[in-house]
Amino acid sequence: MIMDTGKSPAAAASPVKPKPKPIGQHVISERPKPMLAGLNKMETNMPKPLVKPAALLPTPSEDPERAARIRDRARTFIMPLVAIFFLCLFWEIYSSRDGVTLPGPIKTVTESWKLIAHPWFDNGPNDKGLGWQLLSSLQRVATGYSLAAVVGVLLGIIIGKSAMAFKALDPIFQVLRTIPPLAWLPISLATFNQANPSAIFVIFITAIWPIIINTSVGIMRIPADYENVARVYRLTGHRYFFKVMLPSAAPYIFTGLRISIGMAWLAIVAAEMLTGGVGIGFFIWDSWNSSRMSDIIVSVFYVGLVGLLLDRIMAKIATLFGTSGD
Amino acid sequence: MRDPVADKLAENEARFVDISGVHKLFGSGKSRFHALAGVDLRIAKGEFVSIIGHSGCGKSTLLNLVAGLYLPTTGTVAVNGKEVSAPGLDRAVVFQSHSLLPWLTVLENVLVSVDSVHPGKPKEFRIAEAKRFVEMVHLGAHIHKKPGQLSGGMKQRVGIARAFAADPQVLLLDEPFGALDALTRGSMQDELTTIWESNRKTVMMITHDVDEAVFLSDRIVLMSNGPAATIAKVVDVPIPRPRTREALLEDSHYLEIRKELLHYLIGTGHAAAA
Repeated sequence: MIMDTGKSPAAAASPVKPKPKPIGQHVISERPKPMLAGLNKMETNMPKPLVKPAALLPTPSEDPERAARIRDRARTFIMPLVAIFFLCLFWEIYSSRDGVTLPGPIKTVTESWKLIAHPWFDNGPNDKGLGWQLLSSLQRVATGYSLAAVVGVLLGIIIGKSAMAFKALDPIFQVLRTIPPLAWLPISLATFNQANPSAIFVIFITAIWPIIINTSVGIMRIPADYENVARVYRLTGHRYFFKVMLPSAAPYIFTGLRISIGMAWLAIVAAEMLTGGVGIGFFIWDSWNSSRMSDIIVSVFYVGLVGLLLDRIMAKIATLFGTSGD
Repeated sequence: MRDPVADKLAENEARFVDISGVHKLFGSGKSRFHALAGVDLRIAKGEFVSIIGHSGCGKSTLLNLVAGLYLPTTGTVAVNGKEVSAPGLDRAVVFQSHSLLPWLTVLENVLVSVDSVHPGKPKEFRIAEAKRFVEMVHLGAHIHKKPGQLSGGMKQRVGIARAFAADPQVLLLDEPFGALDALTRGSMQDELTTIWESNRKTVMMITHDVDEAVFLSDRIVLMSNGPAATIAKVVDVPIPRPRTREALLEDSHYLEIRKELLHYLIGTGHAAAA
């Protein structure tokens, strides 16, 4: 797959690569003539990065499959940009109407330029850049999420392996997992008496359920074939754990871990709004209290980016550890 | 003068695998299924016995009982004088679906059983031992590949290496070549006879290929149709060893036995369909 991408648009368009037919001039002359003479002139004279590679491509008659592949790839880059452009356009139009307080995209960027350009400024505990805010939120998520991963996998293994433990604990888990993250916060604050551990506990309790449930399903679904191999060839104790159970349940465990990281990130913003301190959640709340709408928009955008990044990292780890199948 | 110890040993060797009065029922109440009804079978030490019958006749159930993966509802299964109560390395199984662990390499899959046989031995010894069995099935060049990179025949060869590496008293083959194409199956059968000739393990093999059964076995056990299946007939295969496919075609017994088996299977096939 990856090797395949290597020899598509860029390589094909590159004039350095030796080719039976010289590309560039020759191919351009072969291109179907544009309808308007003016357009033609504009295309050949102006540097247009998005159009230029297409101009250097072999014509569809030469290699229709490759042309289709490149068109498809170009679309995956261009279409989201088109969508973003129109979204911003409608946003700008909406914001420019009378009585709307939401700043438009241009106003957001200009007003919050300091925030966008300098994510790492630090003017004391109450005035830090977005980078620091996100980092301290990530720190809380990392702590709560790691605890949830360890405890969740262990509990999942126990209820997956023991029918008795499953009967005892599953009903409790089914009720607890439907509780919204923030409902835990007062209990958590009453227990820990401090903001930071309370926020971490909320992350922990939010993230743990998908991990428990997916791990236990993974353990229960270890194929009978592998169980029989373990029984006949005496794979017991740690050998069973590492050679049969963990690898067999790994795809399920990683699915749970991936769902959880998203939920943990959803919960931290809400929890921090209530607990205060340094963190992106409280930063958003603080901006709201000081009517800095553009700062909120920039922060929310970053929250989304970090969430996406966390999800992609987990997906990558899952494919690294995922089994190759049979 | 008869020697009582020698008699006892001879007796033990004649009934090395001893299945007597075995019934096996699955489930309970309305969903109760009577799989095996009164199976008696003795397999001598070093004997190669095939079990043949239509699908659903309880062949695999019988094999799993000897493996210890199932326990009989009534009756006893004993191997080498000891009653079977759990699976163990003395009764290695080659599974129908090869059942290799896909995340382990060829060597590691064979090591699974070597490590269980020699838990105290140094690692170098265990790896050398595993390599020996991988080479026995001619997979020396593929030692570090995962099962996903192997063909069906190669996977089953790893399964055979894993079973032999356990150094079992009885080798249980559950339709080992059932999933392979005819050409691969033939070469696998040749390979299995060569290995078997060199160490003469006691083998119990499930199959539904008549030619395979005749080519490999000393005796062939025919099962009646299920439910409540039992042994219908036992056929001796007095063809001298070592056997080759060419010699088999010349052998007067071969056609006779083949005809007898097919007659039985076709007859019971009609009965099952009716």
